[in-house]
Parts: sequence; C-alpha cells; structure tokens
Amino acid sequence: MGYHCVVCVKQVPDTKGITGEAMRDDGTVNRAALPAIFNPEDLNALEMALAIRDGHGGTVTVVTMGLPKASDVLRESLFRGADRAVLITDRRAAGSDTLATSYILACAVRRLEADIVLCGRQAIDGDTAQVGPQLAEKLSFTLVTYLEQLLELRNRTLRARRNLGHGWEIVETELPVLATVLDSANTPRPPAARRVMKFKKARCRSEVEQAIGRELAAASDDERAAESARRCSALAGRGLLIEQWNLDDIGADLAWCGFKGSPTKVHRVQSIVLAGGAYREYPASDPGVAQLVRELIEDHTIG
Amino acid sequence: MIEVNRRGEVWVFAEQEGGALAEVSLELLGKGRELADTLGVPLGAVLLTVADGETTATRLGQYGADRIYLVEHDLLRHYQTAAYARAVCELVTAWSPQVVLYGATALGRDLAPTVASALRCGLTADCTDLQIGDHTPPGSKELQKNLLLQIRPAFGGSIIATIVNYDRWPQMATVREGVMVMPQPDGRRRAMLVRHAAAFDGFRPPLAILESERRPKKVNLKAARVIVAGGAGVGDKASFRLIWELANCLGGAVGASRAAIDLGFVDKDHQVGQTGTTVRPALYIACGISGAVQHRAGMEESAKILAINTDPSAPIFAVAHYGIVGDLRVVIPKLIRAVRSGAKAEELGEPLAPPAAEAGGAGG
Repeated sequence: MGYHCVVCVKQVPDTKGITGEAMRDDGTVNRAALPAIFNPEDLNALEMALAIRDGHGGTVTVVTMGLPKASDVLRESLFRGADRAVLITDRRAAGSDTLATSYILACAVRRLEADIVLCGRQAIDGDTAQVGPQLAEKLSFTLVTYLEQLLELRNRTLRARRNLGHGWEIVETELPVLATVLDSANTPRPPAARRVMKFKKARCRSEVEQAIGRELAAASDDERAAESARRCSALAGRGLLIEQWNLDDIGADLAWCGFKGSPTKVHRVQSIVLAGGAYREYPASDPGVAQLVRELIEDHTIG
Repeated sequence: MIEVNRRGEVWVFAEQEGGALAEVSLELLGKGRELADTLGVPLGAVLLTVADGETTATRLGQYGADRIYLVEHDLLRHYQTAAYARAVCELVTAWSPQVVLYGATALGRDLAPTVASALRCGLTADCTDLQIGDHTPPGSKELQKNLLLQIRPAFGGSIIATIVNYDRWPQMATVREGVMVMPQPDGRRRAMLVRHAAAFDGFRPPLAILESERRPKKVNLKAARVIVAGGAGVGDKASFRLIWELANCLGGAVGASRAAIDLGFVDKDHQVGQTGTTVRPALYIACGISGAVQHRAGMEESAKILAINTDPSAPIFAVAHYGIVGDLRVVIPKLIRAVRSGAKAEELGEPLAPPAAEAGGAGG
C-alpha cells in the first residue's frame, strides 16, 4: 500500500566554514556572503523517506518554506529522488519564529495527508531543533526525536531506535509519526545524473516571473502575466513546475504567522568580533616551551 | 498561552531519571534563584516522577527552590513527550509562572518545544546567559520592564542574539549544560511541597519504550581542571595519541573539536563546542584547532587558553592567552618533557630572556 512521507527541509547559510571571504574587516561575519546550502541533517531525513518509499512503496513529498530561491533545495531533493516538491513562500511569513514556522508548516502538511513526517534534527543556522517537535504537537502526530535507525515499519506501526547521546531507546508507535532524524542515521544518496538532467529546469512560479521580469523588461503587466501563465503551464505539462503555495492557499490564520504570530522577538544582535585578541606568544623551541610551563606552574594553573 | 503575569514565579524544570537529578537542573536553580530575587518572586521547581518524589524535592530545596511542584504518576516513570508535556502544561496553566527554564538536554529539547507549541508561547533554545532587563518594541513607545533576556549564539556562533517575549507568556528557554554556575547546596534550606494530581484519565501514551540503555559519558569534561583538545590539525588518529599523552601528563581530560570527531580521531563524548560540551577549565590547550565559532562558543570561558597551531592567523589565537605557532607534533613532546621535569631550566637549556613579546592583533 505504501506510505506518504513528507520531508520538511530548509535552505540555510553554510555556517560551518566561516572564514576568509565571509569575514568583514572588523572581524564580524558577513552572513550574506555565506553560501546557501541544503541543511545537512535534512538530507538525512530525505534519505530516510526515500528508503521507506523504496522498501514499502508510496511517495515522498518535500516541503520547504522560504524565499523563491529556496527552490534550490527542492530541486536538489528532486535530483535525489523526491516525487513532489512544494514551496511555501509568502511575504507575510517573514519574521516567523519557530512557533509561527511550525504553525505554517502544519497548515501545509495537513493538506498533504502525510503518514510520516521527517525533519532533520536541527538546522545549522539557528540550531534550535524546535520546529520538528512543535510541528508534531500541532499535527497531533506522535513525536520521535533523535531517530537513528528505522528498525521496522509494518501495518502502520513503526519501530525505531533513538540515540539520546547518553544512551538509546527502542520505541514503537502507530502512524502518523513525526520523526527528527540524526546525521548518523544514514548516508544520503547522491543526486542521480538522469534526474539532474530532467529536474534542473524545474521552477516555481515566482522564479518564472523573476526570469520574465529580467527578459521582458519592456513588456506590460498583462503581457508578462500571460507569458508567465504560458511558461508555467508548459513546465507543469512536463512535470517541472514546483508547486508554490502562499498562506491563503494553505488556509493559515495570519494572526499566527510571521512577525505578528511570533512570541519571541529579537531584542539585540551582537556580532562576535574575532580580531583584537592579545595573547602572549612563545617560540616553539625547548626554552620557549619550558618558559611557558614554568609560568603555568608558578601561577598554579598546573602542577 | 497565559496572560502576562508580573507576579508569576520563576520555574525550573527538574530533569531526573530514577531519582538522579540532571546537573543542568541544579545549575538552573542557581540562575533561577538570581532571576527570582531580581524580580522579587519565588523560585519554583517542577518535578515529575513515578513515586517517592520527596527526597528529590528536598534536594531541589537545598539548591535554591522555594516551592516544588510535584506530580507523581505511573505514566511518568520514564520520560515520554506526550505525558510529560501534558503535566507541565497543566501546571503552567494552573499557576501562571512568568519564566520556565529547561536544561538543553536531549529531554529538554524534546519537551520544551512541545510545551511551547501547546501553550502557544515563545521558546528560545540553547541559551548561554539569562538576565532581567527592559525592552521597547520597535515602533512602540511602551517600555516593557523586567523581561527575561534570553541570550544565545546563532549562525554557528558568529552572532549573539538576545531574545525577549513580552506579550505571550510564559517566557521559556532551554539553557546549555555547564554554562551556569552550580550553586552551593544549603542543607538547612527547606522548600514548600505543592502536590498536583495531573488529569491523566483516558490518556493513553502514544509510544511504547521497548528497550532502553543509558550509557554514562566516558569522559567528564565539565569536571576537568585541565583539558587538552585536538582538532583536524592533529592530522590523523595515530597523532591524536599525543593529545592523550599530554592530557595524561597534566592529569587532564581529552577534548576535541567537531572536525576531529568527524574525522574519527576520538569518540563524540569528547566534543567541546556548541553542539558538544561547554567547558570552563583552569587551562584549555587547543592543539591543531583552527577555532571555528562553534568550537570557541564551548571553551572561550576557560580561565587560561593555550593555542598551538601552525597557522598564526587561525581564529583560535583571538581567544587565546598563550600561543605557540608551530607544529603540534614537535611542540607537544616538548611540552610533555617540560611538564615532567617541572620545567627545570638546567634540563631544558636557558630560560627565555627577555619574556616573549606580546603578540598584537591575532588577525584572521
């Protein structure tokens, strides 16, 4: 019969290698200069969904929320084997904290009628690990965090191993389930060359409109709208139109979305400044090292 | 969601397993005490357990709690998201605390977001500091006084964000292990016990725990006075032996950066940094660690930091007190010899004179 797996993914700035070009002269990080990547643990969630489909049948739908540019991670998901991709994009969603984000995702996932929702354990930009559990609560799905190994999936019952860091657990529960997946769960499959050839042309409506805006700068609004409709329908005919939903499409109550729907507000942001550290340098020689050790012994740091 | 309630208490979720309290919960009682005193309200601790909670409750009182909200029930024998979240939500709804703090443990990071979603309140993850302060919302003239300032690193530690929530309470945060100072228990201190009978009628836990095992951490980084940590610059697993040797010779513990763990040099228990353990030893020796912000977030509070790196522009030197620019394979054996001999000058040649120059800006 198969299962419908929905994978929630996020495009994030690559915070791993913050050096060189991403650093400003004053020693702070220029976030805009960081490359945008597929959140690493979301790839593990996608792989788990693809493995479930390969083993049991069903479909894999990938959902992301963000700017039209976030379609990059949807295309990447299609390259790796996802069946369907949905972009939730809406200016009114800007400023959403984890509570508002999970509300918006819940509105979208409800329309998809998922059996299993998979998320990466956490995203590397915020490291909060909150959206998964909050989405589970909103959907009334059973939450399984820190999923490391799917042991069995049969008759809508799932048995899995959770890695808690200081131990593990084997849990069993009936679907529907929302699980957050660890990077130790699997090795994500690479993009398939044939699928890359096909889906590299996949676009969402906003991306089509942006391209038209560039190419037909002199055209009237009506002409552009007509061209957009034509191109979108051509893409859809070839299975290359990434579905694009706004907050009205998913029936979201605006009071719970965006800045207004977010209880947490930023009070202040301080950049960490890297430069300016004054340290005492010792030569890498025997006398240099001995001098250092002597000082550490004298001030009772060691010994 | 509860109303803004200025007289609300400060609460700490007391995480326990089999009666053993998580250290971070005790650390939070220390911070919670300070916050509660600033606000002039009592400090409460939430204790969920299967039975015999009094002994644990007494301990929570000794660490600073004024009131212990105790729920005892068969369904609370082992941690389960649904049952625990239900009990916490009931307590919060009944007593309207203004602040609820959780340890940012595997359990806390599972429970707190579930509670926040159910109560539709805010939650800030992985705070490294908490303060009480005022906030004026943008575009408003109304000063919101005495809010919980929730301070945390973000973007891989490249920024520090201070988060508030002023209109939908309680103000909730998870707090990293090891960043708050463990308070001294006072054996004479007594807390008031508030028993709460949770409404579990008709509640069926959605999940069955078939097997579980707890593995004590192989290394107690938080308790170590000296930590010798290795990074990708160590090169290979065989060379990582040098890190162990130096740690042994100093009576210290072995730490590692995320990169060293990803390369398989050492077990994940040794990880220092934003996703590992936060440490503040008397001496932290960073060997072949470039000093990514994620790593620095977990060690920059150390009393003394010695960085050994071949790259003089490595960011680790920006937080270091002492630096040696050189190959750790050469430097560490020298350090070991110097420590073993008590750094006696006669065995090691003449002492340096004049003392090494102060290095200016570390660059990078």
